[in-house]
Amino acid sequence: MDQFLIATITGLSTAGIFAIAASGLVLTYTTTGIFNFAHGAVGMLAAFSYWQLLDWGLPTGVAVAVVLLVLGPLFGLLVEAVVMRGLFDAPETSRLVVSVALLAAALGLGVWLWPVDESRPLDFWFEDNFLGILGVRVRWHEAIAFILAVVVAIGLRVLLRSTRAGVTMRAVVDDRGLASLNGARPGRSAALAWALGCSLAALAGILLAPAQALSQQTLTLLIVNAYAAAMLGRLRNLPMTFLGAAVLGLLDSYGFFYLPTDGRFGPYLSTFRFAIPVVVLFIVLIALPSARLRTNAARRRLAAPRPTWFTAGFQAAAVVGGAVVLAIGLSDADALRAAKAVGFALIALSLVPLVGWAGQLCLCQMSFAAIGAVCMGHLGQGGNPWALLAGALIAAVVGVLVALPAARLTGIELALATAAFAVILDRWIFAMPDIHLWGMTLSTFNRNPVPVDRLSLPFAGTLTTKGLLVALAVAFALLHLLVVAVRRSRAGDLLLALRESPAACATLGIDPAGTRLAVFAFSAALAAVGGGLYAGTLGSISPSSFDLFQTLPLLLLTVAGGVAASGGAIFAGVVLGLIPVVGATFAGIAGLLGILPGTMGATLGRNPDGVSTQLAERLAPLRSKPAVLAVVVVVDVALALAWANDVLGGWEASIAAFLLPFLAARGVNATRAPRTARLADPLDGLEDRRLGPADVSAIDEALALAEVTR
Amino acid sequence: MTTVEASPLVELRGITASYGPIDVLHGIDLAAPPGAVTALLGPNGAGKTTTLRVLAGLHPATAGDILLAGRRVNGARADDLARAGLCLVPEGRGVFPNLSVRENLRVATHAGHGLAQVEEVAYARFPKLGERRAQLAGTLSGGEQQMLALARAVATDPGVLLLDELSMGLAPIVVGELYEQVARIAAGGVAVVVVEQFARIALRVADRATVLVGGRVAAEGTPGELEGSLADVYLGGNR
Ligand SMILES: Nc1ncnc2c1ncn2[C@@H]1O[C@H](COP(=O)(O)OP(=O)(O)OP(=O)(O)O)[C@@H](O)[C@H]1O
Ligand SMILES: [Mg+2]
Repeated sequence: MDQFLIATITGLSTAGIFAIAASGLVLTYTTTGIFNFAHGAVGMLAAFSYWQLLDWGLPTGVAVAVVLLVLGPLFGLLVEAVVMRGLFDAPETSRLVVSVALLAAALGLGVWLWPVDESRPLDFWFEDNFLGILGVRVRWHEAIAFILAVVVAIGLRVLLRSTRAGVTMRAVVDDRGLASLNGARPGRSAALAWALGCSLAALAGILLAPAQALSQQTLTLLIVNAYAAAMLGRLRNLPMTFLGAAVLGLLDSYGFFYLPTDGRFGPYLSTFRFAIPVVVLFIVLIALPSARLRTNAARRRLAAPRPTWFTAGFQAAAVVGGAVVLAIGLSDADALRAAKAVGFALIALSLVPLVGWAGQLCLCQMSFAAIGAVCMGHLGQGGNPWALLAGALIAAVVGVLVALPAARLTGIELALATAAFAVILDRWIFAMPDIHLWGMTLSTFNRNPVPVDRLSLPFAGTLTTKGLLVALAVAFALLHLLVVAVRRSRAGDLLLALRESPAACATLGIDPAGTRLAVFAFSAALAAVGGGLYAGTLGSISPSSFDLFQTLPLLLLTVAGGVAASGGAIFAGVVLGLIPVVGATFAGIAGLLGILPGTMGATLGRNPDGVSTQLAERLAPLRSKPAVLAVVVVVDVALALAWANDVLGGWEASIAAFLLPFLAARGVNATRAPRTARLADPLDGLEDRRLGPADVSAIDEALALAEVTR
Repeated sequence: MTTVEASPLVELRGITASYGPIDVLHGIDLAAPPGAVTALLGPNGAGKTTTLRVLAGLHPATAGDILLAGRRVNGARADDLARAGLCLVPEGRGVFPNLSVRENLRVATHAGHGLAQVEEVAYARFPKLGERRAQLAGTLSGGEQQMLALARAVATDPGVLLLDELSMGLAPIVVGELYEQVARIAAGGVAVVVVEQFARIALRVADRATVLVGGRVAAEGTPGELEGSLADVYLGGNR
């Protein structure tokens, strides 16, 4: 009984902190229409800044005030001005990716400013003072947290319902133009909303920190727990959010006190505690009706090029050719790095159909990859390539299992549900020992790194490092062609229709749920193949190589590169491959590079179609001049050979080889005689061309989508 | 019907405007004196909504002058114009659907009047809204939503009131009620511009009318003067 009382009171004080975090999230969402994935990371940064201020000798009160009243709001203003402004009419996927990018950037910033290999203890407020409640000793810190939660709740309620500033913030989300017509200043409202939201995240962060070791990922994830509470309040109902926070806090505490750590089930349940909030989040997401606000409609459209076979084949050949050149010129260690980069690109490729075409923002891609990797480890002894197929099949089934309950979810909710799934795998399933059921053994990591044998191919035998690099590039090229084939088939058009308007799909007799299951299965299978091959470059795998925090940079870089085409995947692979190289060459900025994926993703507000789409557009003129194209290829190959034979340095050769095609394309463009403008049928010659709004409307009209997609 | 001889409170001179490369207004002249209803008529796509958006600062004019109380206000932001007393009730959706009636009125207080006063005026004009002050605006009926849109416009005591298709989707009896209110608002000294598809409704309350066709002024005059020529220039009316 005593233990129950202690557990309950401890749980409620944690609940207070969750409530503060969750209400900050609700505030940001209702007042900006943006679900702030970075909320947890902002809290984490605040906690570290707080520690830093104390470490510099500031008194507690001053440090708290500086964090809550200066740093938090300033960060919010900065985020609003630099990242979020101008996103209000962007497609929902872009808005979400930008907020995920902010999360990644904040995490990177945290790790850069406060390197992880140092312990940073934080004291509770009023350290040694306890309070007796019902005979239970409660820290003053915890009691204060609870009281603050109540104060925040009442304050927010008053702000959002009964003050002009609060009501105006909600009005701006509802209809920005109408708000200006009423004389409101939308920009100012958004700035205020971000400042307040970040300040609340900061409060949650510094309240939470003393009970935890100050660690970037743990703190960020702990506040992610609050997302479950916010979703229970359907992102706008504050009382329900508080109830959700209470439930979560209690479950967390009971889990700590009562989950067995030994006995038959102990090993399986002891890590379950860390997954409780995400399990709750997952259940809430699939059980409750949609929580999304009707926000300002997106006016910008995303591109989704449909490559010709010529272009696709050329790209495939370029990838393999590039790999061969690298294999010739690189040392074994560097070739292994390059192979890893190709492995990343392979996993990134799986994002193209799912995120790029179907618009399903999925945050558990690395978990699918992990399935492929584990299969490769367990079934692929001796480098048996058939294990890849087994991994693909299992991952496809898991993909369907994820997509089934999530059938109704879109946007934020799907992103959260898949993130929750990823964390359930990372923190619980992959942390379990082997499961023995009905005479079968189900094994993931069994609490140990799993060795993965290097791929062995018929005729070639076990691959050398350089052989592995080339094999991975060939695999990428083949899967790229498969992806292109899907894009060029009717299935590709269905996926685009799903992205543009699920409702219109239904009226056209397309089954959105079935389409979605199919694309999840396809993408999961691709990711598993990628994961299996990637695992082969690591030699031995552990859950942390495939957790949620690995999915983030992968997703962000692919989107920044242009997630609607394989170019985005290549971009992601190249950047992730270059980060350690650049970090080693320029040690001074090594830490900064961790922020790179996040900042790249955050620039998306300005350029939602991604880098590779733009580059491809620049290169388009070359297609009309095969002779020039051939010359470019020959010169590039010559440059590569020059480097491989030590005639040229690596950087010089790569830069020259990279720039040459663009210069040639410009040249072609300049020499071409100006043609008289011709008004083509918008549905003609769409191949390889970026869709403009006019094209999309024409297609909509042809498909009778016009009414529904407006 | 009264003839009003006052200098216009709001005026457009030679306004042109475009959406991207497509020009939609080709030199519009329009003047709305205080205390009068000016009707802006024309078929679908004539540019009526665009004209009001230019007036309200929501859309840039590529050439020409926008004059508010004799001062050129080209390039002013919509919220600044709103606080200066120019009020547009946009086509179709003049309310915030996720806000309650009362909260909708609270947003209107940016234009300078306190909530108490705004509520008093609004509920006095439209008692029905008073009964539903806690209801979400999105759940009001179409007519009630237009009443709310009109109420927030009136309650801010604007000098210029621009109404875009007040009648859209409403039953004739409701439209009649709304336009009675519009006439009363104008009588209080406000310069009112109403945009209507259906000429007959608007001409009943209008003091002067301008007919737009294809982004140009096709005719201008009192309802009496236009009566005869209207059918020639304008085929959209149901007369
Ligand atoms: N956002 C926009 N982008 C491109 N063209 C537009 C846009 N809005 C309006 N147009 C075009 O500008 C022209 C004038 O439109 P406007 O809405 O002003 O007409 P209107 O007279 O209000 O028509 P209605 O009576 O149907 O409301 C139309 O041809 C329309 O297609
Ligand atoms: Mg119109």
